[in-house]
Amino acid sequence: MTAPVMAQAAPEAAVQMRKTTYIQAVNEALREEMRRDESVFILGEDVAHYGGLFRVTRGLLDEFGPQRVIDTPISEQGFMGMALGAAAVGMRPVVELMYMDFTLVAADQIFNQIAKYHYMTGGLIHLPIVVRGQQGGGKRYGSQHSQCVEGLYAHFPGIRVVVPATPYDAKGLLKSAIRDDNPVVFLEHKMLYFTRGEAPPAEVEYTVPIGLADVKRTGQDLTLVTYGYCLLQALEAADALAARYGIQVEVVDLRTVNPMDTDTIWESVAKTGRLLAVHESYANCGVGAEVVARAYEEAPHLLRAPARRLGMAPVSIPVSKPLEDEILPWKQQIMAAVLEMMRA
Amino acid sequence: MAYPFPTEIHRVVDPEGNLVGDPPELSPEQHRKLYYWMVFGRMWSERMVALQRQGRMGTFAPHVGQEAQAGIASPLRQDDWLLGTYRECIAYFVKGLSPLAPMATHRGYFSRGYTRELGLVPLQIVIGNQMLHAVGVAMAMQYEGTDRVAVGVCGDGATSQGDFHEALNFAAVFQAPFIAVVQNNQYAISVPRQRQAAVEYLAYRGPAFGIPGYIVDGNDVLAVHKVVQECVERARAGEGPSLVELLTYRMGAHTTADDPTKYRSDEEVAHWQARDPIKRYRIFLLRQEILSNEEDEALHEQATADLQRCVEEFEAMPPPRPEEIFEHVFETPPPNLLRQRDEILGTP
Ligand SMILES: Cc1ncc(C[n+]2csc(CCOP(=O)(O)OP(=O)(O)O)c2C)c(N)n1
Repeated sequence: MTAPVMAQAAPEAAVQMRKTTYIQAVNEALREEMRRDESVFILGEDVAHYGGLFRVTRGLLDEFGPQRVIDTPISEQGFMGMALGAAAVGMRPVVELMYMDFTLVAADQIFNQIAKYHYMTGGLIHLPIVVRGQQGGGKRYGSQHSQCVEGLYAHFPGIRVVVPATPYDAKGLLKSAIRDDNPVVFLEHKMLYFTRGEAPPAEVEYTVPIGLADVKRTGQDLTLVTYGYCLLQALEAADALAARYGIQVEVVDLRTVNPMDTDTIWESVAKTGRLLAVHESYANCGVGAEVVARAYEEAPHLLRAPARRLGMAPVSIPVSKPLEDEILPWKQQIMAAVLEMMRA
Repeated sequence: MAYPFPTEIHRVVDPEGNLVGDPPELSPEQHRKLYYWMVFGRMWSERMVALQRQGRMGTFAPHVGQEAQAGIASPLRQDDWLLGTYRECIAYFVKGLSPLAPMATHRGYFSRGYTRELGLVPLQIVIGNQMLHAVGVAMAMQYEGTDRVAVGVCGDGATSQGDFHEALNFAAVFQAPFIAVVQNNQYAISVPRQRQAAVEYLAYRGPAFGIPGYIVDGNDVLAVHKVVQECVERARAGEGPSLVELLTYRMGAHTTADDPTKYRSDEEVAHWQARDPIKRYRIFLLRQEILSNEEDEALHEQATADLQRCVEEFEAMPPPRPEEIFEHVFETPPPNLLRQRDEILGTP
């Protein structure tokens, strides 16, 4: 795994890495940022005593108390609006949505208010808000608890959209998000929480800058652009393709969907000439469509074959396991798409 | 319309099974039906949890302790509407839903068993939404000039959502034939009732919108039936909506993914254990000689057999066909969707 950004952002080259889980990494980022800055506070449903439905905020109430880790009434639109108010006067709220699907319950506050406030106040008011939570399928949670919403967020100007896949990136990017003066949506995935990866020990300071992609696997045949949980699926697919067909896929982890680091993508496509964008959210009008469109606008000369995208088909996400398996654009579908492009 | 804050807690049978209020007029047959669904409902919930633990069922929200919800549906006619959440299965059964239906949902058959004729829509899981839907249904009933009513049921946590407040306001302004029932089971996942709203009783929300509010012992099925009945009659007569708060307790976990020992004490659970809705109704039925011990036993055997049949039918249910994913996205699938279907399923 090459990691130019990590090397640049990590404190000392000689830090001893350790294995940690994604959930632990997110928890540590919250804890360390709350220690570092007293204006950082957490609000959401069941985040305090219970430590969050997925246990991401576990232990934070004990350390920071009920004024900084707040269990709200069930009222997404309500607490999103309150986060705006608190941020406008200097606080740094980290809002947990229990399921990112409930973005839609709070959509008016998020898109009509938070995303535009800085602009509409002529730059007078900053909203350093982080909206975070888990999204995605794989757990049979059905149509209203399994959607991926990064494309929705990225559609609107004014919000930065971060979708980290590894514990290292999750911790470093969440720290950056909390310190950022823009509203940032930080998207976790329910299938990522217990995945493990290398990261510096707790309390060893590092951040990962927002807006930089990272090449997670090198290869010369095809550039696969992805992020979030699909990164893990893409890496597995890439290994299988290499072992079985000798195809070497280069996997670019976008990490941030808005702003998008197209330089890193074009650098890779310059080498491979083939571009496939993959994500779990809907293919229709999605991030992959954006990647492909930009390729034709900004770097058409690099493409030796038609660029493609792979995402969820335009259907509601089923609750039945066999049906959900069928529809998630994971390893098998990724392999099929790559093979098709390589054979074309 | 000006209504005072309610002060009385409506109760017909106390926790020891003593008659402490006027019972509603129910035939022995109706009593036995209510009791059956409470008994069956508890067995069914426990079985659902067991199936989930064995990996044969998805995430499930148990309703043990809240069986007196049967009385929400018993005053309704079949052509009335009932819109509730994952926690209202027993009320749905009383209204006519097959217990197989919520199980089929876990197999991926989302709306199997819910029909227009039964006046039921699938159980809601996005907190608060169904309250507005129910008011819409009620206004449609009003518009059609029928005397049908709509009941919306939600939890205490849902009363914090804008949807709940908007529903009450709409219903009041339009005098819709709507009854809002709050199953206040004291918790919204881990968050206790007091952290949800600062008022002493959620029923106080009613008068604030110009709607009468009722506080009911929610573990007393006869009190639930009686109060809901009164509200239904007012709604049918064009006298507008009401809000009913049922004071109850969720004896089990929020869902199979929850561990309630993390946020509540054994003493608290014991306190409510002593207020068991089934136990007190059973004592009442025996004392009133509506039910004999032998009949009670036979009813339990019947429920056990019915449940077994239900589980067998569930187990025999095949997973849905893959094509089904694409079938109801639109009324008629557009060409691009058909193309995607063929790509994914590999059909020509
Ligand atoms: C809009 C929305 N926000 C959050 C959730 C997650 N959630 C599911 S159940 C629940 C608690 C609901 O509590 P309450 O309304 O009291 O009903 P109960 O589960 O106790 O019956 C929450 C927060 C959801 N399903 N929908």
